[in-house]
Formats: sequence, C-alpha cells, structure tokens
Amino acid sequence: MKFTEEHEWLRQDGDDIVVGITTHAAEQLGDVVFIELPEEGTTVSKDEEIVVIESVKAASDILAPIDGEITEVNSALTDNPGAVNEDPQGEAWFFKMTASDPSQMDELMDEAAYQAFIA
Amino acid sequence: MNRGRMDNLKRTPLYEIHCELGAKMVPFAGYEMPVQYPMGVMKEHLHTRAKAGLFDVSHMGQVLLSGPSWDAVALAFEALVPVDVLGLADGRQRYGFFTNSAGGIEDDLMFARRGDDLFVVINAACKDSDLELMRAGLPQDIKMTTLDDRALIALQGPVAGSVIAMLDPQAAEMRFMDVRDLSLSGHAVWASRSGYTGEDGFEISVAAEEAASLARRLTNDADVAAIGLGARDSLRLEAGLCLYGNDIDATTRPLAAGLGWAMQKVRRPGGARAGGFPGAEAIFAELADGPERRRVGLRPAGRAPMRTGVALFAQETSSTQIGTVTSGGFGPSVEGPVAMGYVAAEAAHESGVLWGDVRGKRLAVEVVKLPFVPANFKR
Repeated sequence: MKFTEEHEWLRQDGDDIVVGITTHAAEQLGDVVFIELPEEGTTVSKDEEIVVIESVKAASDILAPIDGEITEVNSALTDNPGAVNEDPQGEAWFFKMTASDPSQMDELMDEAAYQAFIA
Repeated sequence: MNRGRMDNLKRTPLYEIHCELGAKMVPFAGYEMPVQYPMGVMKEHLHTRAKAGLFDVSHMGQVLLSGPSWDAVALAFEALVPVDVLGLADGRQRYGFFTNSAGGIEDDLMFARRGDDLFVVINAACKDSDLELMRAGLPQDIKMTTLDDRALIALQGPVAGSVIAMLDPQAAEMRFMDVRDLSLSGHAVWASRSGYTGEDGFEISVAAEEAASLARRLTNDADVAAIGLGARDSLRLEAGLCLYGNDIDATTRPLAAGLGWAMQKVRRPGGARAGGFPGAEAIFAELADGPERRRVGLRPAGRAPMRTGVALFAQETSSTQIGTVTSGGFGPSVEGPVAMGYVAAEAAHESGVLWGDVRGKRLAVEVVKLPFVPANFKR
C-alpha cells in the first residue's frame, strides 16, 4: 500500500490501482453522511478534486493521487456512506483507476513513512 | 491528562471530565469545548433523542439582575427586549432577544424570574457585547452580577425527566419553562425545564466547584451519555431552533426570523406597554407590512447536504438569487440533509421547490415546515 499526504491509500489490483482514505482520515472526518464519486471513464490529473465527502459537520475534497483514468467506482458507498467509518481501508474503497504515469507511485509514502507522517 | 493549553482558551469546570471521557476538544467562543466524544456525532445525536444526553454549556453567560423591586427590574429589562417581562410569574422562564435600533437581533437569550431577580442566560459568542449592552441600557438602580462562579449543564432527552426526578422528586412537577431550585445528589441547583434540542430536559445552573461532581453523578446513570457541540448543533437544527450568528444576526428582524411569537401582545401596537425597546419602529412596520423574507425549513431532495451560504434560486436555471441557507447539515434522526435559510417572502410557502447551488450544480430543495422532528416538551 502507498499513501499520500492527503491521507489516501493506493493498492495495486492487477492493472488497476484501488484508492480510498485511511483509517486516520476517517477518524478525523467523523461520521460520513454523503459521498459523491467521479464518473467511470473520467480522466483525472494528480491533485484534481474528484471525490466530495461530507461528514456531519463539514465537506472535504479527496484529490486524485496520480494521473490516470477512473475505471470503476464503489457505488455501494452512495447508499451507505457510513461504510467509510467502518472499513475505510478495505470494503469502503472509493474508486479504481489506471495510472498513465506509474512512476508517480514511487513519489508516494509507504506504510512506515505514512505512520511517521501522522504521528 | 495534562494537554498543552490551546492558545489562551478558557476551560469550563467540566474540562477534566471531557478529557477523561476521550472528547475531541476544539476552540469555541474562546473556550476549549468538546465537539464530540468517542461515540461520534451521529450516535450522540441519536442517543439524546432515545435516552438522555449531558451537555456542558458553561461557556454561556449567566447574569443576575436585581433592583428595588421585581417591577423595577422587569421594566428596566423591557427597555432592551420586545418581550413581556413584567408579566412573568415567579418560577417561570421565557425566550427573548436584544434588539438594535434597526430592529435587528443582537443576541437571543432565556430569562427567568427568581423571586424579585431576573436570571438571564446569553450566548457565549455574544457575552461581552451583551454585558456591555446591558450595562449601557439598564438604569443605575439595577444591579447586574455576572455569575462567573456558576457552571451550566443541560440534560436532554426522553429519560432526562426520570433521571432528575430520581434525584429530586420535585422535578416531576415541573412543566416546560418552569424554573425551580432543586437538590441533585446533595448539590443545590437552579433548574429550568428547557433546552436546545427539541426534547424534554433540564438546564441546570450549579456552583462551579460542584459542577464536576454533579456531572459525574449524572453520567454514572446508564442511560446518560456525554454529548458534544457537534451533536448539539444537529439536534437544534432538526428542532428548527435558531443559532445566533447563523440564522439570526444584527440584520435579522424578529418577524422575518419567525420569532414574532416571542413578542407578546402587551409590547405590540395597541398593547399597554407597546414599544419602548430599540428598533420598535422598524419592527412594527414589519408587523404591519409583513417581512420581505422569511426563515424556512429546507429539505434537500438528494443526499448532499446544503450548508451555510448556499444560494437559493426559484428555478433550476434562473440567475436571480431569492434566498440563502443560514444553517445546514445532516439530520441523523431524519436520516437525510436538513437546512434552514431565508427566502423572499413570496417564495416561502411549504412544499415549494427551490434550487440550491452546491459546488456549481443546481440541486432541488423543498421548503418544509419546521421542526424536522416533533418537539417533546413536557407541557
């Protein structure tokens, strides 16, 4: 797993990269009440706002971690946004994407670096 | 637990308890306050409506006005609020608000008659300006005492009544907006049967040095959970209650805010003590002509919340803004987004569909009657 400074995790799954937010981020957000996912087929650039996530108190944006194309979104989250608080690093993945520049993954943090980052 | 003090923030007498209970503390109106506990905002909100929630509201201002007689105190206060104070019976509380010369609201408050004294509770964010307003507006023979040695705790929810009555059976006789001296677990308190959640409950003023002990006693009850400011906000929003600074401010006049009910007949044109408060002319004009805009309940059609500042339009594509959201978020008890805002009077009818601009997209929102959740006051 790789991590961004925006508290997203990325995991390779065949040709796709699965993206979600970390347990730390989910805890900081509090109860999630709404998620707006991007459309499948959308081309995204690194740091572009692509997911809106709202907790009881406030709205947050999730940024695209790398350049690429969205191949699949986890539409179960639309009906059950609370799943993000239950299993943020597993069942509550946000979307899958292809990487147009796989070397961008190398710039991201590994688990140890992320743990140090949030300490 | 010894945490570094956040930037000059004040702490209430319940600070240690919040830390022990694992609260997430945030700055609020100059105080370090719990926004939530480990249970989280949603569960704290639902718990309050199902059982009983304990809120630390010691950051709010508590003031006692005393003078040569009840009449003198009441009439002096009436010069600051468009409300019947003189007619308040001993042991009763009312809702009111300070007005300014334009008829706008400077702060909303609760006031109660305790014998010949007037006990006033004001918002934390407006404490300093309210005290200044009272000092400047009250005659010399009215003494104003800020009760900085008292804490304020609220217990709200369907079980609150039995929890308090178990400690002092007299509480069972109290109806909504009654105030009484009670003895709770050996602590002498001033209690009012009122709150900010739409549920039955009590607001309890107690000596600061006894507050922690009383709070611990209450949270020891299996049905009582500590509740933070996050849930306090979602509870009051579902109850259709105004938050000063959001839904009412110095530019909002009472009728537009839907608070005309708090202005009793005796202070209105034709009443025995009509006028005599700041902004009477503007408020009476609004009574005669109707307000230009009205506060309404709003139910976004989808799942996306509409928050403070969202612009409202009459049509999906029109460019003329007809209103604004002043408070908005998610209502756990109604399982969907809820909001309040002001719309042009002609657009303010129930079941009208308006359009809110959310992140550049127009989303449908229905005008609905407040409250979103029926009130459970003990009448």
